[in-house]
Amino acid sequence: MSDFWSGYIAIITIANILACLWLIKWASKKRNDEAAQGDVTGHKWDDDLEEYNNPLPRWWLWLFYLTILFGFIYLALYPGLGNFKGKLGWSQTGQYEDEIKYANKTYDPIFAQYAKQDIATLAKDSNATKIGQRLFLNHCATCHASDAGGARGFPNLTDNDWIWGGDANNIKTTILDGRVGAMPPWEAVIGEQGVKDVTQYVISLSGRQHDAAMAKAGKAQYDVMCVACHGANGKGNTAIGAPNLTDNVWLYGASTGSIVQSIAKGRTGVMPANRDFLGEDKAHLLTAYIYSLSNK
Amino acid sequence: MSHEVVEKNIGLMMILIVIVISFGGLVEIVPLFFIKDTTEPVQGVKPYSALRLEGRDVYIREGCFNCHSQMIRPFRAETERYGHYSVAGESVYDHPFQWGSKRTGPDLARVGGRYSDDWQRVHLINPRDVVPESNMPGYPWLAENKIDAKGTAKKMRVMNTLISATCSKCETYSDSDIAKAESEVQGKTELDALVAYLQELGTAIKARR
Repeated sequence: MSDFWSGYIAIITIANILACLWLIKWASKKRNDEAAQGDVTGHKWDDDLEEYNNPLPRWWLWLFYLTILFGFIYLALYPGLGNFKGKLGWSQTGQYEDEIKYANKTYDPIFAQYAKQDIATLAKDSNATKIGQRLFLNHCATCHASDAGGARGFPNLTDNDWIWGGDANNIKTTILDGRVGAMPPWEAVIGEQGVKDVTQYVISLSGRQHDAAMAKAGKAQYDVMCVACHGANGKGNTAIGAPNLTDNVWLYGASTGSIVQSIAKGRTGVMPANRDFLGEDKAHLLTAYIYSLSNK
Repeated sequence: MSHEVVEKNIGLMMILIVIVISFGGLVEIVPLFFIKDTTEPVQGVKPYSALRLEGRDVYIREGCFNCHSQMIRPFRAETERYGHYSVAGESVYDHPFQWGSKRTGPDLARVGGRYSDDWQRVHLINPRDVVPESNMPGYPWLAENKIDAKGTAKKMRVMNTLISATCSKCETYSDSDIAKAESEVQGKTELDALVAYLQELGTAIKARR
């Protein structure tokens, strides 16, 4: 703040308080022409409403003086007069920093203690998973649901079926750095019939009822186009986030229609990165909680 | 001048009341127009792109502000959940700002990038598809309504007037930004625009605190 604005604020503020003081003094001054105490002043409204000349109750008057005193004391201690920071040096960000410092001092050792233990151990520690669960509810449940059961397009974390791998390190990497699962659109490459054929083949991989002739045609396409990511046996590849197609777990729905959609138009599944936001130690506890859901 | 004079001249009383009240504004509001911290954009904050500007209008039209604030207060309980507290320099391009104080839903000041685009789409069309406990209404028509691209350029020129009236260090839209506006939003749905707007909210400050 420039000196000009600082001075502008300080002068108007102080002048205001002094003006209040003057107003009280001036208003309580005795005047020659006023009515005697206890008499009516001569003001009259609505025929019979009259005003008496009685002084303000003392306690009330003193409250005014106290308010003025309070104003000066407040302005001396706290920031209020432009650039003057106040004798206490209080600031909003300062108070916030103190709060954070206190919280860090209290909670950091707890998190640090947990960070030293490995995930498998923590997953069996009910205090650790309780903290993990609270973090989960705050930061993950919006997509993966409160019970971690997921939603269409957002993986179930309780079924021990992992798109990006279910060991502790993989889970932690997923939380910290996020993932982008990109299934390209194939309609333009293999045509509408091709998409239908491949769909029948994909359905056959998990042993579901399918059209054998179409699946056979689809396998020929699959072996050229899909094999690179989903593998020759359809088991997928956790290194690149290609889902296992043989286990009858369907991220985007099990219906023929949604499988057709996935193949024709592609899918992009995005898990946002949380490294900056959560930090390593919290991600460690979260990993333990998520790991515990599938490794009871 | 006795109080009888003031009491019996209601016009005079009004003038005196306005003078007394205006002192508060003179001290608390007027200096903010001239103080750098409140009129200088935080580094990385830019005017909303054409599509985001339209998205912002959808946000206001649908009354999102009735349930969602865009103001993270400097308390640990807030920054743990939402990220760095909001600062004045982030709002220089918001006319009007969407700070609010009503939180039926969560604060959205830093919702940008927190969820995937797909999540935002599914959630806006029917929130219960992804959050079964949610009491937010669905907005399925956003996916069908197209943005009226004809009005975008004019909105940007109005924003230019507002920006240059309130913030000397701010960027305004260039003539080429305005010329491109129509083609940028052409054919886009209101859902596209709203998601684009939400995904950029609060992303200028990356740090958690």
